[in-house]
Amino acid sequence: MLPHLDAAFNLARWLVGNDHDAQDLAQESCVRALKYFASFHGTDARAWLLTIVRNTTFTWLRQHRMQELTMPLDDDYFDPASAAGDATASTSPSPELQLVQQADADQLRLAIEQLPVEFREVMVLRELEELPYKQIASITNVPVGTVMSRLARARKRLQQILMPSPAARQDGSDGL
Amino acid sequence: MDCKEFNVMLDAYVDSEFDAFTMARMETHVQTCPACQQRLREQMQLRAAIKTAAPYFKAPASLRQSMHAQLRKAGKTPEKSRGLDYLNTWRWPTVSAVVTSVVLFSTSLMLVLNTPSADDLLAREVIGGHVRSLMAEHLTDVRSTDQHTVKPWFIGQLDFAPPVRDFSAQGFVLMGGRLDYVNNRKVAALVYQYRKHAINLFIWPTGGERTANLHEREWQGYTADAWTQAGMQFWAVSDINATELNEFTHLLQSAVVTPPVQ
Repeated sequence: MLPHLDAAFNLARWLVGNDHDAQDLAQESCVRALKYFASFHGTDARAWLLTIVRNTTFTWLRQHRMQELTMPLDDDYFDPASAAGDATASTSPSPELQLVQQADADQLRLAIEQLPVEFREVMVLRELEELPYKQIASITNVPVGTVMSRLARARKRLQQILMPSPAARQDGSDGL
Repeated sequence: MDCKEFNVMLDAYVDSEFDAFTMARMETHVQTCPACQQRLREQMQLRAAIKTAAPYFKAPASLRQSMHAQLRKAGKTPEKSRGLDYLNTWRWPTVSAVVTSVVLFSTSLMLVLNTPSADDLLAREVIGGHVRSLMAEHLTDVRSTDQHTVKPWFIGQLDFAPPVRDFSAQGFVLMGGRLDYVNNRKVAALVYQYRKHAINLFIWPTGGERTANLHEREWQGYTADAWTQAGMQFWAVSDINATELNEFTHLLQSAVVTPPVQ
């Protein structure tokens, strides 16, 4: 388990938001992984350990921070109609793009920390662990389609947090 | 592919989650659509920003030491580990040895399982070459239906002489040839037309003389036949169905004379 200790700690750290609890949870997960190693028949020890970290952490969150386990973002499958609407809205050249480039790293990190935990976990598994959707789906125990829509919505949310949405910007300028 | 479809698929596209064919379709669309280009650029910028801003939290030294200590201590003393009552029944030296070997084994197994076979990789490369040739509208470097024009053209370009045959009578019309790059070498690509469909035939010399063995593959709507004959590797790729491609393959196999085995 030790080769994947960083991955275990990183996921727990992103899910609970502080070093102390993350360390406890990563340690508990590794111990649990050793205990259940006999039942592991997969091929990817990292993904397997991350599944245990994820489940251990969610159990902990359920006991300590129930209010975080809500889904403020609509978790329906991606709606093609709304996507197309967004697409046409954002065709203009983008001051928001420059904003992303200039975005202070702290601000973006804060934005990720503010994502609902179900969205944060797919972001961490995709962006930091660089896992394919299929493995993320297996770790988080949701269908691949849900992984895809959560990632898309999380990224959209980050863009919205970082910069005024193109639609809002257009409405604003129309109003002036 | 239209903008609507492209935007629904954009996230997974940037994550490289689609097969080569769908990726190619999306690439084709984005190349011709400034709005989607813009959208894609913004998406890439956001990804880059996330990568730079979101830290990867490394396990603190204290955690690492504590895990090492637990393993080591458990390795030396078979007695109960502190605070790990449910591990009582486990004999730690055995467990850690087993864990180590299983982790090593599964890591190597994972590499084996996750790695497509050489043939699979080659199939993808060849099909990719076929798709690119159609997308870039660069089917032929030498455009001629005359095999006696196409063949000499290759001789100046390659260190081997690919067999060039025309099968117009059977419906497979030789359109020309071009150079391509497959399997880390320059290869001959012959282009045939069958009804409205293009067939790419990739040819390069193989090191050893293998017996002619045919591999058929269907992959994302493309069909590929691969075989070895007369010291050359052949790959025929098209979007026609397997039966039609087989007919082409058999025509070619009978036309290319295999040197008689002594």
